Amino acid sequence: MAQWFMLTLVGKDRVGIVARVSTLLFEQGAHLGEASMMRLGGNFTIMLMVRTENDVQTLKMLLQKIANDMDLHIHIENIDGQLHQHKLPNMRISVYGADRMGIVATVTNILVEVGFNILDLESDVGGSQAQPIYIMHIEGYSETPQEEVQKSLDAAVAKDGISTRISHIDTLIG
Amino acid sequence: MAVLDILQYPDERLKQLSVEVSNFDTSLQYFINDLLETMYAGPGGVGIAAPQVGYFKRIAIVDVSKNPKLVSNGCMILINPEIKKWEGMKIGREGCMSVPDFTGNVIRAEAIEVHAQNVEGKWQTFSCVGYEARAVQHELDHLDGLLFLDRLVSRRTDLFQRKKYKKK
Ligand SMILES: [Zn+2]
Repeated sequence: MAQWFMLTLVGKDRVGIVARVSTLLFEQGAHLGEASMMRLGGNFTIMLMVRTENDVQTLKMLLQKIANDMDLHIHIENIDGQLHQHKLPNMRISVYGADRMGIVATVTNILVEVGFNILDLESDVGGSQAQPIYIMHIEGYSETPQEEVQKSLDAAVAKDGISTRISHIDTLIG
Repeated sequence: MAVLDILQYPDERLKQLSVEVSNFDTSLQYFINDLLETMYAGPGGVGIAAPQVGYFKRIAIVDVSKNPKLVSNGCMILINPEIKKWEGMKIGREGCMSVPDFTGNVIRAEAIEVHAQNVEGKWQTFSCVGYEARAVQHELDHLDGLLFLDRLVSRRTDLFQRKKYKKK
């Protein structure tokens, strides 16, 4: 029985990590599913759905060896993975402002209140070291009208100088 | 009338170039009726191109009029279509009946002028903006063997609010 697992690798960024890991997975007859690789704070991070019909123990051992070689932290977890489960977002929310504690908590709690389901979130810290700014993009789905979501967000964060902007995502299927 | 089968990528035929329509006869009318029915039966129902049903002629249909909030020309039957003018650029999310379960960001012109023949062979010009302009560009790409997958831009690209103009 093929089993999906989630492979997470975190460590110092260096050339060739993805190539080496994906080559091993290929050689071991593993299939790759959805993946997301990014650099966070200069660190290499990847999360990768992997499925195999072969010996999982050997595969895990070989991955561990690469992780050791390349100074990466590795985490492997069995998951109830399924492909073809994409949900379409209907709103995108952009948030930015001077970096301060609690922006994410405040914004996401408002979103829970208005019934907004977050499908995707990414954030960055930019600006200067003395005056960092926080920028966040959220995509998700909500039945609540855009104006109401906007009003709730403004009421919660505008006083702190945090700007939020909602745009509608109209996915064209043609 | 009949709902036709939709070709799905990786079917290589979707990469084929479609040829001009030269006979404006009753069989064309019948085909267009089937194409319309197939389009309205689909998940989005706003556009379809003949090659998506394995008929490699330059025929596309766009109808975004179901959404009353959108500016639209109603149901446009576009035969041998050609885009004559482009203006503006905008990122939007697209999917395709020929590419199930995947959507991605694509840059399209915001406003276009399209010149096409109708079912009787008469030439017409449509000005399209926004979502309708996007749908026309998506469908016309199919006639050239292009999918929105050929035009994907990274998710991060839309962090930049760009305003550029392209003319031809
Ligand atoms: Zn399409």
